[in-house]
Amino acid sequence: MPVHSKLETFEDNWRTSMGGWSPEGKVVLRGRDVFQELKSNSWMEYLLFATTGKESPKIARLMEGMWVICTSFPDPRIWNNRVSALAGTARSTGALAAAASVAVTEATIYGLKPIKGATDFLYRADKRLNDGEALEQIVQSELKQFRSVYGYGRPLVSGDERVEPMMEFARSIDCGEGRFIKLAFAVAEYLSKSRLKYQINIAAVCAGLLADEGLTPMDFYHMATLAFTAGAMPCFIDALNQQEGCFFPLRTSRLNYTGGEQVKHWRV
Amino acid sequence: MNDKPIEKITTKIWRETPEIDNPFAAADCYCCGYDVYGDLLKNASYIDYLYLLFRQVPPTPEQSALLEGLAIALTNPGPRDHSVRAAMSAGVGGSTHASALIAALTVGAGNLGGAREVFHALAYWQQCQNRLADWQQLITDPPQLEREDVWPPMEHAPGFDPNGVSCPTPVRKTLEHLVAVGKTTSLTWLHQHRLELEGFAGCPLAFSGVAAAALYDLAFLPEEAEMMFLLLRLPGAAIHSLEQEKLGWRKYPFFADGFKLNP
Repeated sequence: MPVHSKLETFEDNWRTSMGGWSPEGKVVLRGRDVFQELKSNSWMEYLLFATTGKESPKIARLMEGMWVICTSFPDPRIWNNRVSALAGTARSTGALAAAASVAVTEATIYGLKPIKGATDFLYRADKRLNDGEALEQIVQSELKQFRSVYGYGRPLVSGDERVEPMMEFARSIDCGEGRFIKLAFAVAEYLSKSRLKYQINIAAVCAGLLADEGLTPMDFYHMATLAFTAGAMPCFIDALNQQEGCFFPLRTSRLNYTGGEQVKHWRV
Repeated sequence: MNDKPIEKITTKIWRETPEIDNPFAAADCYCCGYDVYGDLLKNASYIDYLYLLFRQVPPTPEQSALLEGLAIALTNPGPRDHSVRAAMSAGVGGSTHASALIAALTVGAGNLGGAREVFHALAYWQQCQNRLADWQQLITDPPQLEREDVWPPMEHAPGFDPNGVSCPTPVRKTLEHLVAVGKTTSLTWLHQHRLELEGFAGCPLAFSGVAAAALYDLAFLPEEAEMMFLLLRLPGAAIHSLEQEKLGWRKYPFFADGFKLNP
């Protein structure tokens, strides 16, 4: 019987332009010799080039500011950080803690989904504005379809203390005046007067700033994936350095059981 | 005295009573009303307890046999499977054992042969049930992503293998067995209409498709099916990773000649 799997062509045959290592000691990234051409890059510039193919010290600096100001709160109550603190108190390893916290950061109410979603929203809204729709109509249809707008509203508190410091930093490096960041604040202005009273959160601000630098939702998502580790690692270290098992212990009465009280017996 | 209400974990699954000498240790644990260490431990099978946790009621003998069959079919996808390869890649490098399972979960979570495919396939069952025309419509005109998600969009009909040629023997044998022991409507219908559905999809039925049908018949929601599929496939990843850890990287493919950097 003839073999006709589509996979046959790919056996021992991975072709790429992204880069790689050769046993002769050469490392290439997106066509560039790492040891010759990229060795002086900052790590953030290298990550930006690796992730997006863009070479821009300005975007790298903007991104670095975002990581410091917006994504690295060392508070072990925040859910992704809490995973690292629990790893520390349960005496797991730092890499496992960081890996779990990064994975958990792909959340809906904070982290990577809003980051990607807010960028996507601003691009879609910008296109619809250019097509002649009113801002009010665009936001209302987003709310009607999805019952939320990524980048607006926040759990626990309504305002976002990161907006001002982030904008201040952005302006200090000549960002913050582009059409997407203006659109982000225009949406905030509209929503603040609406029944929902949603305020802008940092995801929409960062999305606007980076869209003005030409980053796509996928670019921002890929770049932001590791951004939260500087908040998670201190939470792990802190819990590791304290008595084992002492991070917010729970007594049995802290379970609020809402099922039936009847004790059942398993059939034998 | 702080009179703010104490924050609690709300659960309808689990109840505990404390040990007399230690409020931080449970004396009795009840899962959905059943005494775990006084009753289930002695009387329930592992697969029944697993079903109880997910569905909050005990399985019938047929449901138990169906889940047991699915668990055996999925427990070791074999060392060529993407998720098991991920675990073995941790093993050969001497990585932590937890990282091997994290690797298997990560790779086995995806749209191609992974848990997210089961999620989507189960949603297809919810929408189409046993209506062939609806399946044809949904497969040929699948739902489009309305706004960006962290998941990549599906690139093939969920539950089918875009790289397959014909439905592999293990998939067919599993489907036949589950139909025989479970006697459920969706699996039976899938067995009867497999060839037509494969025609719509343009590729053969995969394990993810059988799992989705089985878990739909067990009244699982898409997210519950996604979780169950992740859990059930871990044992193979674990043991193949440990095996490769002992053998070491020298005996494991590095694809030294297969990697070709474009000029």
